[in-house]
Amino acid sequence: MLERKYLAEKYPQEIQNILDKYPAEQRRSAVMPLLYLAQRDKMYINREDLQEIGDILGITLTEVASLVGFYTLYYDQPKGVYHIQVCTDLPCALRGADRFLAELCDRLGIQPGETTPDGLVTIEPVMCLAACDKAPMFQLQSGAGLTYYENQTVENALSLIEQLRKDASGRRVSARERGRDGNG
Amino acid sequence: MADNGYVLLRHREIPDLDSLEVYRKHGGFQALEKAVTRMKPAEVTEVVKASGLRGRGGAGFPTGLKWAFMDNQIWPHYVVANADESEPGTFKDREIMEGNPYQFLEGVAICAYAVQAHLAYVYLRGEFWQIAERLDSHLAAMEAAGLLGERLFGSDYSLRIRTHLGAGAYICGEETAMLESLEGKLGQPRLRPPFPATFGLYGKPTVVNNVETLTNVPRIIEFGADWYRSMGTEKSPGPKIFSLSGCVNKPGNYELPLGTTFRHLIFECGGGVPEGNSVKAIMSAGASSSLIVANDQALDTPMDYESVPNVGGQLGSASVIVIDSSVSIPWLINKTVHFFRHESCGKCTPCREGTFWMGHLTQRILDGTAKPEDVDLLYDVGGQMRGKCLCALGEFSIEAPRSSIERFRSEFDLAPSQPKTAVDQG
Repeated sequence: MLERKYLAEKYPQEIQNILDKYPAEQRRSAVMPLLYLAQRDKMYINREDLQEIGDILGITLTEVASLVGFYTLYYDQPKGVYHIQVCTDLPCALRGADRFLAELCDRLGIQPGETTPDGLVTIEPVMCLAACDKAPMFQLQSGAGLTYYENQTVENALSLIEQLRKDASGRRVSARERGRDGNG
Repeated sequence: MADNGYVLLRHREIPDLDSLEVYRKHGGFQALEKAVTRMKPAEVTEVVKASGLRGRGGAGFPTGLKWAFMDNQIWPHYVVANADESEPGTFKDREIMEGNPYQFLEGVAICAYAVQAHLAYVYLRGEFWQIAERLDSHLAAMEAAGLLGERLFGSDYSLRIRTHLGAGAYICGEETAMLESLEGKLGQPRLRPPFPATFGLYGKPTVVNNVETLTNVPRIIEFGADWYRSMGTEKSPGPKIFSLSGCVNKPGNYELPLGTTFRHLIFECGGGVPEGNSVKAIMSAGASSSLIVANDQALDTPMDYESVPNVGGQLGSASVIVIDSSVSIPWLINKTVHFFRHESCGKCTPCREGTFWMGHLTQRILDGTAKPEDVDLLYDVGGQMRGKCLCALGEFSIEAPRSSIERFRSEFDLAPSQPKTAVDQG
């Protein structure tokens, strides 16, 4: 089988910068940032990415895949273009986070953990995000990174989602194209 | 002498302190220069020892002593700053890194000089992606200004600092799990000993210190141990950032001397509890806490490492969650147990199985499907876990359920018919 070089060809400088952060004989340390790099490319990490990252670092696909299973911020399945993750841990729950999550999902007609029918937004509860004094709050994850939204109301969140929907159509087309390249 | 007021949250008094220029205008990096050019590494450690600074991540271990434990027979040495801040109720390190990042990074650099490390990492939880990006640009600014890199201040000492992002695992706040994660492995704790001071990152001697701990260091080097000891108590000197959350009118971070009372924090700083409710319980170490019964004796207890245990709690990272009279304790316990069950790394059996079964029991109690003996069983499962877990995660997971069964037993017998919380009744 030909060695895949999708990430290496698309992100040569980024990969070099990541490798430079660690001692030359400790390349394995670069596995987590490389997984983030692959994930930002199409919002999830596929098997080919795992293999390529393993090849870059000289470790097995299984070793790379085990990290994706262990750490909750990595995804090996495509989800919504955006992930809204609402903290429902104790301090947030004391400020109404459970009710916020339930109402938000209700208004969108989905259950926590599900994706809106148009594939735009996945909403799920998560563990503490270190913003306990500003609940209800959530983080928004997308290909562009991760942003905190604090002191939220359901209405705020719905208008944010409306804005994302408006912004998304063009971006979703290009994401599909990138996904095709990625599998090629 | 230091500016009046803040030692750590100085950005609240000085606008734009996250700019290198502003930070230097306010004395920034003078402590690093003083250490590197005029002090031997061991002298720096001695000053930190004399200051009485104790680790702010939760354990309260003397910081200078930790540095002095570094094995000088094995090289190179590393420093890892613990910026994994994940304890429910803790949100102080985030404010430091956003508002006063250079003082933190200067602390990392001084620590690295003291233990003669030439490479230091800041391990941030994955959700702090934006903070990591900003720290990267701060580090680039420091390199451009000659505050990092080769031959600092004309000395022979060189240092680089790098950020590293975790990916959503509470366990990586445990120092050996953090080191495993930084090595590109599953974030699971190591058996100790050997401790990181002997066998740390890449098997080399390593100091792991919390963000807040390191942020104290530049001020200690600049103004001295005696100045530092003028704040706080004899055994717990200095200021501490208390993260106040839960049922309180003004949640947020409050920088106060160690030894301030719960009453002052909750009522003077936090404006008391909403809607005229009373304080029922206090969790002072986040989800890892016992529930302290909030009577007058507890409210008047000084928040320091020695005093909080006297009322059946722990200071921990000083993330004070206030529980008022509207909150159902079984509901609360189900929340904390669910957290630990989700975050247990699975490596050791007592924690993996114990948190799983505690989770079953608390859910049954909450749902009203529990058998009468389930509350005792929950207490017993926690007791079986005690002292048998590989790391503190499992040990801490039992604090809230066990203490609440001891102190709020009547609520468990009533659990099924109780509302969840005032805010979540909908």
